[in-house]
Amino acid sequence: MSSRAEGELRYTANTQLEHLHARYTGTGHADITKYDWLTHQHRDTLSSIPGHPTLLSYLAIADGEAKGRVKFELAERMLQPCGPPPPKEDD
Amino acid sequence: MHLYNLSLQAPTAVTHSVVGNFSGARQQELIVSHGTRLELLRVDGQTGKISVVLATDVFGSIRSLASFRLTGGTKDFAIVGSDSGRIVILEYDPKTNSFLKLHQETFGKSGARRIVPGQYLATDPKGRAVMISAMEKSKLVYILNRDAAANLTISSPLEAHKNSAIIHDIVGLDVGFENPMFAALEVDYSESDQDPSGEAFMNAAKMLTFYELDLGLNHVVRKWSEPTDSRANLLVQVPGGQLGSTEKFDGPSGVLVCCEDHIIYRHMDAPQHRVPIPRRSHPMEDKDRGIIITSAVMHKMKGAFFFLLQSEEGDLFKVTIDHEDEQVKSLKIKYFDTVPVAASLCILKLGFLFVASEFGNHYLYQFQKLGDDDSEREISSTDFPSLGMENPSSPLPHINFRPRPLDNLALAEEIESLDPILDAKVLNLLPNSDTPQIFAACGRGARSTFRTLRHGLEVEETVSSELPGIPNAVWTTKLKEDDTYDSYIILSFINGTLVLSIGETIEEVQDTGFLSSAPTLAVQQIGADALLQVHPHGIRHVLADRKVNEWKVPPGRTIVCATTNKRQVVAALSTAELVYFELDSDGQLNEYQDRKAMGSTVLALSIGEVPEGRLRTPYLAVGCEDQTVRIISLDPESTLETISLQALTAPPSAICIADMLDASIDRNLPTMFVNIGLQNGVLLRTVLDPVNGQLTDTRTRFLGSRHVRLVRVTVQRNAAMLALSSRSWLNYTHQHMLHFTPLIFENLDYAWSFSAELCPEGLIGISGNTLRIFQIAKLGNKLKQTTMPLTYTPRKFITHPQNRLFYMIESDHRVHSEEAVSTKIQEMQRNGQRVDHAMLDLPPSVFGRTKAPAGTWASCIRILDPIEAKTVHVLHLDNNEAAFSIAITPFISQGSEHYLVVGTAKDTFIAPRSCTSGYLRTYRFTDEGRGLELLHKTETDDVPMALLAFQGKLVAGIGKSLRLYEMGKKKLLRKVEAKTPLAIVALETQGSRIIVGDMQESIHYAVYKPLENRLLIFADDVSPRWTTALTMVDYNTVAAGDKFGNFFVNRLAESASNAVDDDPSGAGILHEKGQLMGAPHKTKMMCHYHVGDIITSLHKVALVAGGREILVYTGLHGTIGILIPLVSKDDVDFITTLEQHMRTEQGSLVGRDHLSWRGYFTPVKAVVDGDLCETFARLPAQKQASIAGELDRTVGEVLKKLEQLRVSTSGF
Repeated sequence: MSSRAEGELRYTANTQLEHLHARYTGTGHADITKYDWLTHQHRDTLSSIPGHPTLLSYLAIADGEAKGRVKFELAERMLQPCGPPPPKEDD
Repeated sequence: MHLYNLSLQAPTAVTHSVVGNFSGARQQELIVSHGTRLELLRVDGQTGKISVVLATDVFGSIRSLASFRLTGGTKDFAIVGSDSGRIVILEYDPKTNSFLKLHQETFGKSGARRIVPGQYLATDPKGRAVMISAMEKSKLVYILNRDAAANLTISSPLEAHKNSAIIHDIVGLDVGFENPMFAALEVDYSESDQDPSGEAFMNAAKMLTFYELDLGLNHVVRKWSEPTDSRANLLVQVPGGQLGSTEKFDGPSGVLVCCEDHIIYRHMDAPQHRVPIPRRSHPMEDKDRGIIITSAVMHKMKGAFFFLLQSEEGDLFKVTIDHEDEQVKSLKIKYFDTVPVAASLCILKLGFLFVASEFGNHYLYQFQKLGDDDSEREISSTDFPSLGMENPSSPLPHINFRPRPLDNLALAEEIESLDPILDAKVLNLLPNSDTPQIFAACGRGARSTFRTLRHGLEVEETVSSELPGIPNAVWTTKLKEDDTYDSYIILSFINGTLVLSIGETIEEVQDTGFLSSAPTLAVQQIGADALLQVHPHGIRHVLADRKVNEWKVPPGRTIVCATTNKRQVVAALSTAELVYFELDSDGQLNEYQDRKAMGSTVLALSIGEVPEGRLRTPYLAVGCEDQTVRIISLDPESTLETISLQALTAPPSAICIADMLDASIDRNLPTMFVNIGLQNGVLLRTVLDPVNGQLTDTRTRFLGSRHVRLVRVTVQRNAAMLALSSRSWLNYTHQHMLHFTPLIFENLDYAWSFSAELCPEGLIGISGNTLRIFQIAKLGNKLKQTTMPLTYTPRKFITHPQNRLFYMIESDHRVHSEEAVSTKIQEMQRNGQRVDHAMLDLPPSVFGRTKAPAGTWASCIRILDPIEAKTVHVLHLDNNEAAFSIAITPFISQGSEHYLVVGTAKDTFIAPRSCTSGYLRTYRFTDEGRGLELLHKTETDDVPMALLAFQGKLVAGIGKSLRLYEMGKKKLLRKVEAKTPLAIVALETQGSRIIVGDMQESIHYAVYKPLENRLLIFADDVSPRWTTALTMVDYNTVAAGDKFGNFFVNRLAESASNAVDDDPSGAGILHEKGQLMGAPHKTKMMCHYHVGDIITSLHKVALVAGGREILVYTGLHGTIGILIPLVSKDDVDFITTLEQHMRTEQGSLVGRDHLSWRGYFTPVKAVVDGDLCETFARLPAQKQASIAGELDRTVGEVLKKLEQLRVSTSGF
């Protein structure tokens, strides 16, 4: 009985958590893989740079590219900032 | 330690600009965002001059800006997307000259986050809806409407989210009056995140998605989604919809999708059109490198429209669409002109193109023609099979054009911009200057400049001519009251008066009715058409028919000074008596029956102008030798009665009553100021209470070493006052606030207003025996710039301890050096390829340099003379080396001869940072520092990012290593080394202590112990910081800036500092246990503040002669600011309380919480935002009074304190 209740609890808690994760993209959890965590970090950074105009200028000056080009390349890199995911173990 | 932050120069970089009728008048204005500041600019249609109407700090970071107009409205509104997690709609109110926040809707957390909207904004062209979007997933649509009272309303947000989609751009579609639609460029990453093979990543498609806002159902639906070019980056709206009356289509609707190398026209269920972006036919061009469009603007004219798209190289392309109703026949593109790469483009209906450059000065161009019938090749989508879409995944053939000087555009106006400031020095080098100048290395690439900034207004001289003698005063006068321009110039000499008439030429005239055999004391156009001359022996009233009525001074006496206005004359006699005249209704000058005995010799007199609709001004100010100023009534009820008295610290030399508008005192009516200049060069400014005639609110300012002369003048149709001492100052109203700024001009002995046809708003002045006619064009600009061009992006520059030259290093990434270009060209010629030399000769300052692959560098060392603002010598680096650091070191082993050491690196890549080899190039100075001779090159294993002279040796930050070098015969000799965590970017020293700024790991304290030859890091910071610039405030304290726009101060405990210094061998530090995986001692953070701009240099200097030392910083986006240490506890209490009140009173314009903005990454500590405090002056009088009440002070005291903080430390 108790195990069933726990199971239900876990089930509902999980759906809530899943719901929250779907809603707040980029939020981590206890079982996050290294790859996922890193990808989140990179995407956060890549989207934050164009959000701070001075940082975008800073990068553009260092790299010798137009701001528009730097912004575009950052957004392109958000697609897969850390390479392809590692193969799944159970496959 | 408490600091008070003030900006002297707000950021000048423009991040966004929009055009619209914001004031509701039939005139277009621009709103530009400077990142943390909004400005409203107005363009004069005739002259093309741009004036700043309003500038306000928003205390938040603006990320997007859009304008819209409700259907049928005449006024545009601005929408601001920022990092506040709120959408804000602003209206410009021309009455109060301010932005009003109409709506502020919260939708998310603050900060520039990945899924919180604010990054992009798109409006429906009919002003019915707005979409605000984040970089990923979130898109919100707000419906805009009017309520019954015609007020703008905003709905609650409708979601158009798409999970795991990266958003590249959004735009509003022009669909006429059908349901509003928005287009978004999105890439879904969910599949590529799950696919280890990387196949899904390769196949990830960029989708062009149309979202329809169903106004009937009040929700947003994904209407249409199709894959488009995978390298698309920008969307541009294409006009559409029907005109109500004619049923003619404005355009085909849809979007232009700008991709790498292509432009595609897209619309739902319509064939695509694709054209290539033309490429420059440059011999050095990298054929594999794609070109993208970085900014675009669409312009609608009657029945037609066109686009101007700008490539990342600065080339503008005109794009047109041939259409029949909604059917697109062809998409055409042709080269238009080349202008600097823009952050934003705007077209004004007056026929101007505003180019907000991404770096450097901004420009306004006037359209000469629209490139309709020239020989430039036009490329059409119909030139290609299937309208260019035969094989959408493969590129179209390259089509070349030859860039050329401007043809369709002509430059109308240039707005100076310091952005980016990469390094600066604050020094007083110019002769005849008692305040330091700011020398700044600005700009990027071939448009880089070296600028000298001086505090003061720029003066444009129109005429200067020599006079036969040295006059002591000058006046101009009209002949009649309603004349537009002045007719006479009157010069007074020691023994005579000269009258010049202003016509086509300026020449002497005789029969003016003026007495020429005596000096003149005052000249006035009086009554309707008469003139008045006051000379030591009488007053001549010259009537229109040249008849002269003269009032003669009683024998044995003379007039010592006089003051006049249109209806009143007051003269002081040598017997210390005042004589008062008033004009009666017949135009006769009548003397008041009594004379007033003052009891002390009168030195200065002043009355104000006659207020409009009145017969007289009621107050006279008299300055006497007994160091007093008295206010005397001229009211008929109490004529010549003393009302009030003010004691002075020195005898007065001049008085000037001026009515000027100052919104901090009265926002509607001008305030009557009594300005008193003293013989010791001090100016007192007091406010004359119009009701009881009392003098209140006295402020003092030191003007210069000579006695002060004051003149009431008119500048830009407003009352102003010139104060002349050893420097000339102008007191004027700008944007409703009173300013006091020195003129950068020769010393003037006397001056007056001057108005003639050629120079309607001028001033006339005398300096020695020269007569000068000049004008002040820009009132808002308090820093005068002298500009000198540079070759590449400046990185750093230093001063020489013995001469007055600067040594600068410049380097550009992705640019071929001159050496590389000539090698490549020679090789091409050897291979028999034709080389287009005309393309190579195009000036890079206009056209930029051809982009080279990463790891290619062009670099030089420049010796420049900052006083003459010219280059003395340039040394180009070879070997694909780029210079990163520079130092001048006196090597003790070489008899303390100075050497220049430049740290360079070969084949440098930025991310990840690498180079094949670093070098320390050592140069000997030749020709008194005007030349350089290479002695030797020392190889290093990493990029030397920082160099510093240290105790007759050189310390170098080479990657992680901090090394000490000694001079050797063939190379520099490494003596000792210490390590920091990542990479050293900045160094400073005092005594045997070296302060090390690390790229990511904040500030480390190192010490050199010569006894054992040990270099030890003994203290560091507990938090990581990405140091950009640092300076030592004292032996234990360091002020620094970081990459995220923070300013902070770290201090080492006195005990730790002493312990380290008392340890002769350093053995104690060596064996001490490290703390938190770092050095044994930790510094304590004293201050922290988010400036909002990346600090690129920090200096501890005094900005005014004899003033306190303060911190001056420069920011990347062109900010120049100061941090003033507050000296007393009272000041700290007062100013922090004021800041608290201001935070609640004056909310941020973009809805950002001020406290969290200044504490963006770390809570703000011990720094007060002076820019916020100074907005106190703009608050309504009621609020001012209530805040001042809370502070137990009067409003005047609060304002005085604020002004004193600014003036006593910066002089601004």
